[in-house]
Order: sequence, then structure tokens, then C-alpha cells
Amino acid sequence: MKNRKQIDFTGAISSIFAIFIGLLVGLIVLMLSNYRQALPGFFTILTGSLTHGMKGVGQVFYYATPIILTGLSVGFAFKTGLFNIGASGQFIVGAFGAVYVGIMFKNIGSVHWIIAVLASVLFGAIWGSVPGILKAYFNVNEVIASIMMNYIGMYAVNWTVKGYKPLFNNLRNESKNVAATAEIPRMGLDSLFPGSSVNGGFIIAVITAIIIFIILNKTTFGYELKAVGYNRNASKYAGINEKKSIILSMTIAGAVSGLAGGLLYLAGTGKHIEIVDKLAPEGFNGISVALLGVCHPIGILFAGIFIAYLTAGGFYLQLFEFSTEIIDIIIAVIIYFSAFALIVKTLIAKYSKRKHSKGSIKSSGSEGGI
Amino acid sequence: MEYIIEMLNITKEFPGIIANDDITLQLKKGEIHALLGENGAGKSTLMSVLFGLYQPEKGTIIVKGKEEKIKGPLDANALGIGMVHQHFKLVHNFTVLQNIVLGIETTKNGILKMDDARKKVVELSERYNLFVDPDAYISDITVGMQQRVEILKMLYRDNDILIFDEPTAVLTPQEIEELMQIMRELTTEGKSILFITHKLNEIKAVADRCSVLRRGKYIGTVKVSETDKQMLSEMMVGRKVNLTVEKAERTPGEVVLEVNDVTMMSKKEGHTKNVVEHVSFQVKKGEIVCIAGIDGNGQTELVHALTGLEGVNSGSIQLNGEDITKKSIRYRNTHGMSHIPEDRHKHGLVLDYNLAYNLVLQQYFEKEFNQAGFIKQDAVNQYADLLIEKYDIRSGQGRETKVRSMSGGNQQKAIVAREIMKDPDLLLAVQPVRGLDVGAIEYIHKELVKQRDAGCAILLVSLELEEVMNLSDRILVMFEGKIVADLDPKKVTINELGLYMAGSKREGDSHEE
Repeated sequence: MKNRKQIDFTGAISSIFAIFIGLLVGLIVLMLSNYRQALPGFFTILTGSLTHGMKGVGQVFYYATPIILTGLSVGFAFKTGLFNIGASGQFIVGAFGAVYVGIMFKNIGSVHWIIAVLASVLFGAIWGSVPGILKAYFNVNEVIASIMMNYIGMYAVNWTVKGYKPLFNNLRNESKNVAATAEIPRMGLDSLFPGSSVNGGFIIAVITAIIIFIILNKTTFGYELKAVGYNRNASKYAGINEKKSIILSMTIAGAVSGLAGGLLYLAGTGKHIEIVDKLAPEGFNGISVALLGVCHPIGILFAGIFIAYLTAGGFYLQLFEFSTEIIDIIIAVIIYFSAFALIVKTLIAKYSKRKHSKGSIKSSGSEGGI
Repeated sequence: MEYIIEMLNITKEFPGIIANDDITLQLKKGEIHALLGENGAGKSTLMSVLFGLYQPEKGTIIVKGKEEKIKGPLDANALGIGMVHQHFKLVHNFTVLQNIVLGIETTKNGILKMDDARKKVVELSERYNLFVDPDAYISDITVGMQQRVEILKMLYRDNDILIFDEPTAVLTPQEIEELMQIMRELTTEGKSILFITHKLNEIKAVADRCSVLRRGKYIGTVKVSETDKQMLSEMMVGRKVNLTVEKAERTPGEVVLEVNDVTMMSKKEGHTKNVVEHVSFQVKKGEIVCIAGIDGNGQTELVHALTGLEGVNSGSIQLNGEDITKKSIRYRNTHGMSHIPEDRHKHGLVLDYNLAYNLVLQQYFEKEFNQAGFIKQDAVNQYADLLIEKYDIRSGQGRETKVRSMSGGNQQKAIVAREIMKDPDLLLAVQPVRGLDVGAIEYIHKELVKQRDAGCAILLVSLELEEVMNLSDRILVMFEGKIVADLDPKKVTINELGLYMAGSKREGDSHEE
């Protein structure tokens, strides 16, 4: 009998491999577009975020906050056997909840921002629960339902913001400023990262990652959710209310995405809900982050920071007359290759087999036969 | 004597395990050669090597006197080797004919010419007594028929070496009988057959010779006519195996399960017939009651009603005197009912969970393993280790093993351990030894008898006549949704039982005790 769990690093290794290939492709693209500037440009991608010292680091955390949360949303749903492609809609609906409370509920003092954040969680949860209910009771595929909910969410929010005077700033075609009391406090991060936009939202995101980790791995609730995800029939047979599990799983995923929207739009960095027909990109970046982080909450935390780091560095590419879209290409390639985890796994297995070839152990009971 | 296939000193390794260790297998022309071994003994691996799905590390394969390198199924096909896989490889929304010609369609200028193919298929099916409707869709025909299609596929390709990988696992007793007949006919037509199985009866019935594998090693080849079941099972398992179940007489105690006039309507669209019709029976403490019947006569639905997976349309179910007809699955599970489900992959296990998590699948929420919503990991681990040791559940990495990677026998042991450890009043066992080898069967049967002796009421649902006769104290025969007979296994012969199951003999309608 083996002691304790052996920690499986293959996921992390394959992500690192994917990052390496992604950067390599980025370098090639840089060389193709402008041979002379390629190396300095590439160097900028890697270090650009640090140009302004601690301020730069703070900016990275600021960019990372929403995508960590949408990543957690997607990753959490995925662990419970559901593909939440609706993070985008949940994000914007959550943002709406936060902005609404932020503008309308003045004069409630220092709890204002907390109420606003809770509103974003609640709105996102409601938006996420719809595909969950449809899946549990009518067997509607959650992918289709949540894609639809993305568009319904976006247009509903645009329509409401535009149609409801107290919310709408018609000079700029966007929502009004939220009250100062609704902005997320800095929680001391401003003295650590002076001059940056980072705020307490980042801390909330980290705590959320830890909570999700605990729910999934330490609680009976997480045990049920994962069991339903792996095998709905066996869970039902074991007496788990599988319909409830599916609905709760999507509701939590929605809540986390909604939180992402709330935190971003309450950051006090001049973010407003703009009336444009465009799905929030943070939702889809969440899918990338979840994949790169192999759907593990802590992996997602680092993946979100990493992608934010590249994105922040990418802004400086303009100094070398490159377009910032190259960053998107690099991120896309990274995600693409993280899907190759299996190949990397086989390669690692082959390598370690060759290492201790002869004297292979015949494990007594394990069955290799088909 | 001329061999049509010789596999000499084959060695095939997988990471951490040697699946085939220096195995030699020689197939004569025109014989039925059985390949016998427990689950995970390496039979399927060896056949996959012959079929070109795996490349062996060592060893040579000689087909019809020539050494060959078989790199894939196409090579195997070219050499006349065909295989019926355990899980059929058919396209469900194609017709029988389309499936048979798939891959070697007859065409003219790129356009399908099915007429020639149809002629050949009809000819073949008449010659070998393999009647199938060439225009039926695979999804509409029975498993037995699907198997015939697989056989026809091989014949259509003019294969003369036929591999059957556990062909009887999915068949009813009648279909098995028919298959045996077909196999005999094939050999008289000059085909050679390799027959992979772990069922001794079938080997005795059709095979000429038998090679035995145990844990990846070659044990020996014997002439079937010169051996008996006892010896074969000893070769396979490596120790003496008790083939008959020993159990003492027991007088049943009070009633544990009472089923009253239960009727269930079919859930399938367009079916108006009742799948379970006015079924009533009782199961008492300390007895094994067996529901026998051919698959699809309402047993599955009845069990689903008992466990709460499906509701009933009328009638009631009582457990220990309490009406549980409308109670939840969780309620039944925690009030004395245990269930070894028919389909262990679909209902019994969460294959991607590790062994420890699967062993607490019915109990994780109880105080022993749950504190304020948190799983007590240490308690779960301890409990898992206890069960693994007590029930000898073997796996690669102990309690951390992903259940998916365990052998069928050990998966089943895990379920049996989990359900018995709940110390149930009623144990529902549905085909508890399906697909298992003699060693595991012996073990599970013993456990069931032990539970009975400890005062548990056991309701066994089985399709295998021998199991029914051996194990039960009372037999209820189910036919077309009704219980048509209540029999004493000591006073009835296997033949009679078969007649009841086929519906050609009955004891008066819905029998009540």
C-alpha cells in the first residue's frame, strides 16, 4: 500500500510545454513581420510588464482578476462534467447587477461596495442556473443553452442600461459612473503596488480560488458534484439528487463569472457598460485560462496571472511597430498546445520507461489486459 | 500435424506489467481451439497481437507455414484472419448488408453495386445457417443477431481463421446454444476457430483443444476430451476451485421484502404493454430467492422499481414492514437495502473516481465520513484499506487506483464489498457474476451464501441457469412481465426451468405464496 497521494505533475508539465511552444510561434510571427525588431519585441513581451516595476506587477494582477474568476467558473463547471461556455453572459449580467447597485443605492455607506459585489454574484448565479435547470429537467445541452444565454444577457443588459434613464449616460453611450462608495477598496494593495489599478478584487479572486479548491476536493458537496459529472447514472443509483447537483454546479459557475464582472466594473478604473453588440471577451478568455490551468483552481490562478502578464507586456509591442494582436496569437497557440497534454504525457511515460527499462516491475494485481 | 497458425514465444509488455510472457499458441486447421484464462490473464492482448493491434516485443507469428509480421487488422485480414470482438464493431444506423460490405464495397465507376454483395451475403447465410435480414437496421436487431452479422462479415471477407473474443458474454442461453452449433458447422466447412472464454461449460461443449493462460503466463495446452472442468479450472486459477456452492439448510425468518401487485408500464414510446404485470412475492430473512428468466422479461424494470430508480404505476413495495413505494433512493439505501447493479459501469461505479471514493459511494454522507460537510479523508482511507484487505480487492495502486483501470472481477469485488459492508437487511444482486471468471464467481457466490447465513434476505436476478440452480433456495420465473412459477430448486430440473423461462410451461398465472 502506497503512502499518501503521489502528486501528478503531468498537467503542469504539459502546460509549461504549451507555453514554450506558444512563445516560440510568437517569435516566428514577429520575425516574419519585422525581422530586425523581432528579438527586442520578443524581449518586450517577456519583460514589458515589469518595465514600471511594482506598478507593472500591480497592473498584471488587475488584468488577471476577471480572467482568473471566469477561468474558475469554467474550470469548476468542467470538473463537474459541464461545459460552461456562458461565462460571458454571466459576466456581463453580473456586471450589470453591480453597476445597478453602484449607481442606485447611494447613501448606504461603507457596505455599499459589498452589496454591489453580492448583487453581481446573485445576478450571475441566476444567469448560470438557467442552463443548469434546462439540462437537469429537459436534458438540453448546457453548451447550447449557455451560448444563447450569452446573447440574451448582452442584449438585455444593453437594452436595460439604455432604456433606464438613471443608469444611462447618453453623451458617451454607456452606463454612468458608480458611486465612490461602491468602488472596491484597495485593501492595502495600493501601497504595495503604487500607481497601479489593482484593488481588493484580486484578493477576492485568490480567496475564491481557494474556496473552489476546498469545495471540490474536501467537501461531500464537491464529492457529489464530481460524481454526477463523471457518471450521472451511478450517482443517481447512489442516492445523490443528480438534478440538484447539475443546477447547483451551473449556479455556482454563474456566480463566479458574475463576480468577475462585478469586480471589474466596480474597480474604479473608468470601466463602464458600453452599449455595443459585442460579447464580453473576459468570458472566453476564461475558457483559455481554465484549459491552461488544467481546470485546477490553483492552476487557474497562475494561468490567469500568466496570461495577464503576457497581455500587459504586449501593450509595449507598439513601441516596435508591432500590433498587439500578436499576443492573442501567442495565447491562442498556447491554448492549442495545452490540448496536446496527452502527447506530452506519452512522451514523459516513454522517457521514464526507457530510464528504468529492464527490471520493470510486474505489479501483482494490476491488470494490463483488455 | 499441420498448424495453420503458430504464435511462438510471444512477449508483450505494458508499462508496469507483462501482459504476455513467452506465450506459445498453435492452432490446427479445422479445430476449435479454446483460449482460457481469468480476467486480465492476457487472452485479449494475445489476440490483439495476432490481429495486429499490438506489436509484440518478442516472438514470431507463423501463418500457414510462413513467418509474418502483422502490422494491423488489414494485414491480418489479408492473411485470412477475422475477429469478432467482445464489443461488436457495427455501425448502428446502417443496415446489415451495409455493415457486412463496409470497407470492401463492390463499386462500378465509384458507384455502389450492392446486388452482387447481397447475393453473396444471402448465399453465405444459407450455407452456414446464419439467417439475418440483410435490410434490417443494426439498431433494430437483437444482440444475438448482431453477432451473426459479425460472423458474416468475416465469412464475406473469406477469412478462414476466426477469432471469437468472449462471444457468449452477451447472449441468452438459447443464443449460446445456437452459436455453438454455428461454430461446429464452420469447422466442418474447413474454418479454424480460436475461442476466447472463461466459461468451462462452453469449452467442454465445443472445443477440441484448450490452451490456458494465467497472469500473462502460458500454463499448457490440453485435449478437451481428456480433461474435465475441475482440472481446467485448476489450471486457470492455479488452485483447487469449488464449482458447486456449498450451503447448509436454513429456515427462513420473517418477511423482509414484500412486493404487492406491482405493475409498470413501458416507458418506450409506442409500447402499450406492461413490462411488469401484477407481480407479487416475498423475500424472507435468511433465504436466497432467485428471479430467473430470459433477458428482457421485466426483471430489469422490476429491480429498478425496488431500488427506486423508476416509479411503479400501481402496487406497493414494503421493506421491513414499511411502505417504501414512494421513498427516495437515498432513503432505501439507508434503510437496509443494498444493491449490486446489473451494469457495474453504468450504475455501480464512478469509474474516474479512485477506489477509496467508490467504496464510500453509498456512505460518504454519513457521520463516519462527513464532518460539517467536509469529507474525513483519513476515515475514508482507513475504511478503504480495511475493505481492500478484507475482500482482497486487487489493484495497481491500492485505494488510490482509478477504478477504470481495474479488472472487471476486482471492480465487482469492490461493489460487493461496499454493499455487504453496509450490513443490509435486503441484498439485491443482479447478475452479480456477469463476465467474471471462476475464481471470482466462486468468491462472490460464497459471500452471498455467507450473507444469507447471517440472516440477510437476498433477491438474486440471474440469466444463468446454473447459477440459479446452485445458489437459490426458491426460484421465481419471470416471463413477459409476470411471475409464472415459484419453484423449489431441489424439485426441478434445469430442463424444466428452461421451459418455464421460455414460456412454454406455466404454473397458473401470477403465482402468490
